[in-house]
Order: sequence, then C-alpha cells, then structure tokens
Amino acid sequence: MSNLTKKAKSLHKIPIARPSIGVAGRTGTWRWMKPVVDLSKCTKCYQCEIYCPDNSISVEALKGAVVNYEYCKGCGVCAEVCPAKAISMVEEEQHGP
Amino acid sequence: MSSTPTLPRDMRNTVLPGHAACHGCPIPMGLKVVGAVFGDKVILVVPACCTSVVLGMHPGTAFNGSVIHVAFASAAAVASGISAGLFKRGVRGVQVVAWAGDGGTADIGMASLSGAAERNDDFIYVMYDNEAYMNTGIQRSSATPAGAWTTTTPLGKKESKKDVTKILIAHGVPYVATASIAYPHDFYNKLKKAAGIRGFKFIYLHAPCPVGWRFDPSLTVKVAKLAVETGMIILYEYYDGKIHISGPSRPLLDKSRRRPLIEYLKFQGRFHGISEGELRNLESYVDSSWEWVKKFMQ
Ligand SMILES: Cc1ncc(C[n+]2csc(CCOP(=O)(O)OP(=O)(O)O)c2C)c(N)n1
Ligand code: SF4
Ligand code: SF4
Ligand code: SF4
Ligand SMILES: [Mg+2]
Repeated sequence: MSNLTKKAKSLHKIPIARPSIGVAGRTGTWRWMKPVVDLSKCTKCYQCEIYCPDNSISVEALKGAVVNYEYCKGCGVCAEVCPAKAISMVEEEQHGP
Repeated sequence: MSSTPTLPRDMRNTVLPGHAACHGCPIPMGLKVVGAVFGDKVILVVPACCTSVVLGMHPGTAFNGSVIHVAFASAAAVASGISAGLFKRGVRGVQVVAWAGDGGTADIGMASLSGAAERNDDFIYVMYDNEAYMNTGIQRSSATPAGAWTTTTPLGKKESKKDVTKILIAHGVPYVATASIAYPHDFYNKLKKAAGIRGFKFIYLHAPCPVGWRFDPSLTVKVAKLAVETGMIILYEYYDGKIHISGPSRPLLDKSRRRPLIEYLKFQGRFHGISEGELRNLESYVDSSWEWVKKFMQ
C-alpha cells in the first residue's frame, strides 16, 4: 500500500453497506394472509423454497417445508406453486405489529 | 424444466429475508438464481430501478454479494470498467453482472449497452423486464406491450413492444438468451453458459410484476409461465450465428400447442377491457415473433 492510500484510508471511512437480514425491518408484519404447511402432505419437492421471493420458506430434510414468519410477507406464491397443495393461506388473526 | 430437482443451496443465502420488495415480487426470484450460480463471487451493477429499492438502504443490503448502485444510463459502462479493472488486477473467478430494468435497458441505458456490446466487453448484462417503469409508478417503457394500461397510457399503449433481444443479436455478440423467472433451472443453465464465454453476454429475463400489471401477488409464477405457454415470451439462446430454442418453448414451435393468448391476459388488470382489435394486434405480434425465431433457427 502506498503512503498516499494509507493516508486516504485513515482519513476516510467509506460507508459500505453490509449484507444483512431485515433491511426493511421485520417484514412479517406486512402479512395479512399466512401460509400454513400441512407437513403430512409435503413431498419435499422444493418448489416453494425455489420461488419464495423472500427466502422465508425452506425445506428441512427430515421435516418438510418450514416458514420463517418473522419475514414471510404472506404473498401466497408458495401455496400457488406447491404441486401437493400442502400449503393453505389463512387469514391473520392480528394485523400490524 | 431440466432434470435437476433443486438448485444449489446458495439460492437460500444470497437474497436475505426482510428486503423491501412488494409481495410476490419477481426481482428476488431472479436474483436468487444469480446467487445459485455465483454465490457471493459476483458484482452486481444496478442502475436506478426497483432493484435499488428492493435491496435496501445503507447500512444494510439484502444481497449477499457485492452491489454497486449507479446512475441510470450507465450500468453497462460501469460494468465494462469494473470488468476491465478486475482483469488488469488479475482478479479471476468474480463475475460482473449488470442487472437493469426494461426502462434502464430498452430506453435510458441503450446507448451505453450498445457501446459495451460493440466493444465485446467481458460481462453479463441481465435485463429484467417488468414491462414498465415500476419504481416511479408504472409509466410505460418501450418494452411495454401494446394494449397494456400504465399510468402514462391510460387507454392502453398504442405502440408494440421493443424487442431488445433482437437488437443485441444484431450486435454480433457471442451469447444472447431469453429467460423467465418461472423457469429458474433454464435461467440457471443460461447464466452458467454465459459465465463460461469470454466477451459480452446478454440475457433477457421476463419478470411479471403484480403491482404494475394488476394481478394477485400469489400469481407471479403462474403469469410468467402463461407468458411462455401462450408463446408471448419465447425462450431461446443465440450463439454460433443461430437461435437454439429452449426446452419449455420447443413444443410451441407447433402453433397448435400454444395456449390462447387470452389465458395470459385475463389475469392481468392492465389488459382489462382491451378491444378485439388490440387482441388481434397482440396475436399477430406473437405470430411474427415466432416466424422470426424460426428463420434464425436454420
Ligand atoms: C436520469 C434519471 N432519470 C430518472 C430517474 C427516476 N427513475 C428512477 S427508477 C425509474 C424507473 C426504472 O424503470 P425500469 O428500468 O423499468 O426498472 P423498474 O423500476 O421497473 O424495476 C426512474 C424513471 C433517475 N433515477 N435517473
Ligand atoms: S407466503 Fe410468500 S413470503 Fe411467505 S413463505 Fe410463501 S412465498 Fe414466501
Ligand atoms: S412445494 Fe409443497 S410439497 Fe413441495 S416442498 Fe414446498 S410445501 Fe412441500
Ligand atoms: S413494483 Fe413490481 S417489480 Fe417493483 S418491487 Fe414491487 S413487485 Fe417488484
Ligand atoms: Mg421496469
């Protein structure tokens, strides 16, 4: 590193953003419909996990599809793509945070 | 779809939950596939578009790789510079991907895109097409199809969709392809192939937007599939001077195998109330796209 670069580095902190979960907050609070998985029907085909725009449903090898309600927005894509019809969208009892 | 049952695990880890996209947004679906191919060994160059918002604001970003947010018209120019810089410094194994919307590609970024293609600069340009300027409130772009409502075409767009893929083929670059968020394995294979080729690579990615197209957010994948099954969007690759049609579109070379276009349009509020004439107009757009593809398959 040249002296000049060293000096520049010590004088300026570049405001680099870091990858982080929840950049838009706990997006689970955006939900008005909630996906509920019937694990007895889940064939672990991964379709829901592949398409979920929020990476909020993942297939666990032994169990099946598990939803992360902290961030799931309740869009219903997973229920729509599930070939086994293992996911139903049910109304949230409580709206908002 | 290819025989691969699942995509690699990196798909889970590249787009982080809690980002700012609307319900059912196609953008993270596409970015997850980019992540599946490159992991965090990718530098995204993103001009002003929904993606800039989806990934979130400093101090965080929802993309677990490198992202450079750039001024609207400059995505391809910045990507050219980064790719040249990495090469000079001997950095290998990092893929530069310009990731821009239809407005940033078909309209505002066209000049820098054309320049990078003509110089055959070494990176992948992905145009994700949600067929309007969504980030600023659903204004028409040159890639909006005829007949579609937007806030600036309240009675439906009169002009036909600009086919940017054709324009890129005319540049004579080594690899051009079309893809859809409904077919992630196909998109995956195309990104992989593009990454193995030196020079300029262009991939068009069809990306239905529930907000701007006025359909239920649960239907994003279904609408994208119907676009392919009706023949509205044709999946293919262009290399070695020829079009190579992709699996999901191949049976549709036979027109009788295509679903009626109305099955695609009927889910979308933006096409509600289109006239018989506008429907015929769209149908002949589809037919002529297929005729063109067939010509270049020889
Ligand atoms: C030079 C300039 N003009 C206009 C804008 C405002 N602007 C920001 S995003 C956007 C729309 C982008 O549309 P598109 O590229 O299709 O991406 P989308 O938002 O649809 O994902 C506009 C017009 C800007 N940021 N810079
Ligand atoms: S409802 Fe939407 S956000 Fe929630 S798990 Fe299903 S696909 Fe993901
Ligand atoms: S799509 Fe349905 S069957 Fe397949 S893994 Fe998800 S919940 Fe299970
Ligand atoms: S407007 Fe459409 S493309 Fe933009 S973030 Fe929302 S769903 Fe995604
Ligand atoms: Mg757009």
